[in-house]
Amino acid sequence: MTKPKQFCTFYLGYQCFGLDVLHVQEIVRSQVLTHVPLAPPMVRGLINLRGQIVTAIDLRRRLCMPDPAEDIEPVNVVVQTDDGAVSLLVDEIGDVLEVDDQAFEPPPATLLGPASDVILGAYKLADQLLVVLDPERVVMVGDY
Amino acid sequence: MSNDEILREFLLETHENLTLLDSDLVALEKNPTEKNTLAQVFRTLHSVKGTAGFMGLEKLQAVAHAAESLLNRLRAGELVFNPPIATALLQVVDAIREIMAAIEADGQEGQADYTALLAELDRLREVREVEPNSLPAINAQLVETVAVSIVSEPIAPSSVGQSPPSIATPPVEIPMPLSSPVEAIDARAPSVADANIRVDVTLLDKLMTLVGELVLARNQILQYSTAHEHAGFLGAVQRLNLLTTELQANVMKTRMQPIGNVLNKFPRVVRDLALACQKSVAFEMKGQETELDKTLIEAIRDPLTHMVRNSIDHGIEIPEVRRASGKSAQGLLRMVAFHEGGKVIIEIIDDGAGIDIARVREKAISNKLVTAEVAGRMSNLDIMRMIFQPGFSTAEQVTQFSGRGVGMDVVRTNIEKIGGTVEIESTPGQGTTIRTKIPLTLAIIPALIIVCGNERYAIPQVSLLELLRLDAEQAAVSIEYFHGAPVYRLRGALLPLVFLAEQLQLAAERDSLSDFNIIVLQADERPFGLVVDAVGDTEEIVVKPLQKQLKSTGVFAGAAIMGDGRVALVLDVLGLAQRSGVISTVKKISIGEAKSNVQPIEDTTEPLLLFSLRSGGQMAIPLAEVARLEEISTATIENLGSRQVVKYRNEILPLVDLSRQLDDGVHSPAMDSDTVSVVVYSDRDQSVGLIVGQILDIVHEPIVSRTHTNRRGVLFTAIVQDTITEFVDVAGLIRAVIGPGPAPAEEVRS
Repeated sequence: MTKPKQFCTFYLGYQCFGLDVLHVQEIVRSQVLTHVPLAPPMVRGLINLRGQIVTAIDLRRRLCMPDPAEDIEPVNVVVQTDDGAVSLLVDEIGDVLEVDDQAFEPPPATLLGPASDVILGAYKLADQLLVVLDPERVVMVGDY
Repeated sequence: MSNDEILREFLLETHENLTLLDSDLVALEKNPTEKNTLAQVFRTLHSVKGTAGFMGLEKLQAVAHAAESLLNRLRAGELVFNPPIATALLQVVDAIREIMAAIEADGQEGQADYTALLAELDRLREVREVEPNSLPAINAQLVETVAVSIVSEPIAPSSVGQSPPSIATPPVEIPMPLSSPVEAIDARAPSVADANIRVDVTLLDKLMTLVGELVLARNQILQYSTAHEHAGFLGAVQRLNLLTTELQANVMKTRMQPIGNVLNKFPRVVRDLALACQKSVAFEMKGQETELDKTLIEAIRDPLTHMVRNSIDHGIEIPEVRRASGKSAQGLLRMVAFHEGGKVIIEIIDDGAGIDIARVREKAISNKLVTAEVAGRMSNLDIMRMIFQPGFSTAEQVTQFSGRGVGMDVVRTNIEKIGGTVEIESTPGQGTTIRTKIPLTLAIIPALIIVCGNERYAIPQVSLLELLRLDAEQAAVSIEYFHGAPVYRLRGALLPLVFLAEQLQLAAERDSLSDFNIIVLQADERPFGLVVDAVGDTEEIVVKPLQKQLKSTGVFAGAAIMGDGRVALVLDVLGLAQRSGVISTVKKISIGEAKSNVQPIEDTTEPLLLFSLRSGGQMAIPLAEVARLEEISTATIENLGSRQVVKYRNEILPLVDLSRQLDDGVHSPAMDSDTVSVVVYSDRDQSVGLIVGQILDIVHEPIVSRTHTNRRGVLFTAIVQDTITEFVDVAGLIRAVIGPGPAPAEEVRS
């Protein structure tokens, strides 16, 4: 039997997303962003995370979702990558959920577009779908 | 490296290895089949033996050799590691320590006699199999023999130096009589190993980062403290300030190494090269003790080698030639390192033939680096700089050492990568000096903080030449447009201007009334002016690399955390220059052109509106600045004081009669027709109607042969469509005629 996985969940609009808890370093409330001119639009800027300079990626823009209608203070989900920590800006943070592997399904063939390569699949929760993101790919921006 | 230094290094290294040996041997005793550990022990003893032989330390060599032979058999599997062997080997370790301590004290190996130990090692080597029950006996015997050998030895005054293991207590202490003199001699001066420890460079880097953060925190506190008046608090802040500065300086020092570490290999390099080139070269070095950051030492190694190679191969002549030109047959190559103005300067000076300007020029042309025409205009200094161009070589032949033309450009690139510069000076027939300037350290750099579009940016001070500030009025007059490319005359030379907001595609609109802050920067030896919104202070920053998501921008060298805890981007001056076209990525095109006062201009031609004044003549303004062309009835023109206005699209449009303004003093025909042609000129929020004589044409073609003119209100004249055309300084005229402020028309000059 596989160990049940834990996911750090967060919301963009009403959609629930999750990242494997082992990849998430911490959650930080909204930080002062330093805008980076000429950067891809999904890079919102740089934040100072206790002396470490961390790139903040707008997850909505990364997933080609429209910017939120009203002004919200985004939350930083700080993800660990090979290249240091990277922050994903999300609307709202959810609970850490423990899910059963049985409930997992890969993305449907109809899921197309740029977002499809960062979505690993979804867990069927009782009341909604928990869309699981690929922590390595989700921080990839542009053409490197 | 002198013998003393080698010995010192050897002692230091061996002390460490001995500690390792102690723990390795103990580990082996517990787990006799551990092959890796065994191999490591073997290697260590082998290197001790090698160095000892090299240094002529016979006793040490003998002991190490015996141990090595024993280990060899163990390694081959002919013997199994057992406690007696472990004991014997540990005693070898102790013996080595003893000898080392003696060497450290007086350079001699000491009086101790190790024959017993050697015999024991030999005996163990020959033992086929050791009976388990014989172990205690051997052990006891061993301790005894060693003990005897030491006790029986007369203690001469000089042999006080047979001191204890001088590094931290080894993990295993072997019960031996030796331990008793330990305390007795403890009062001696600390040994090399006590005074030095090896530290992982990454730990130093970490420390450096932390100190960097501390400096920032200190800066923050200093900022806040200005708002307080509590004497005690201010005193504490002052102390914190001083301590942090001192701490920073000292931590920086931990990474400093004498440049001699690199320079010391050059005598050999010079000798070998001179031999190979059949030249006779004397080599002098000065300033080996000059210190700089370890990472930089690594970085300058190759460039320096290359420059030395060049000096010998190309610079210094063969003896016959030297004699013929009245010089001594032996050439002189000097390397001088010293500190100056917070930088390390390394000069490589040869007394060779110098750089033959004519030949460089010729080569540059034949290698198609420049056209003959451009080369003809270039100054000698610029020609000299050609040797830093890719693909340049004047060597008649490609030799084993140089002449392939892939040298000096790489040297320069590598030096510039670490924030340094390379300059060259040469007197034909007398020699060449190559001067390399490099910063002391890369970790903390002074940077100028500037503001653009409400964000702060840091510019490393190394590339900074000077700061200029023009108020709006001055700027209107002195910022000229070179076919649309803004330039400023800085002491007679045209300085291309780059607007940072434009380069960074910041939406912020420049207020035409605000002052111009021009930061004169140097990229690739080419100065340019960066126009920014505001200039702040100089701060010491710790540059951190950007993550890969942001690498593609190409104009940022990194980011730094400022005193207020926010992040600021560090501008990459070279990248910015490339992006804005100040320096072209294909260097061939731009070489020498800037220096010969031909400014790099964009290749694109911009559309022009051609018109005439009532007195005739062809004038032009860039079409980009034109909002609309209108015919306006003269009847609708109203006079407001001295100004003419017209109601235009429910707004009051000020009018400027170009004929009247430009034909100053010359009789200008009055507006006699019923309608006049008006060019509605838009500059940001402000619209102005320019009354012209006649709209002629809109053309899209290059401007040829532009020349400056004294006519006021005219930027320059040039030939457009085979007609001499005057380019109107509309912005200047508008400012002069209708404000801002009471600027009288007389202020308009070209």
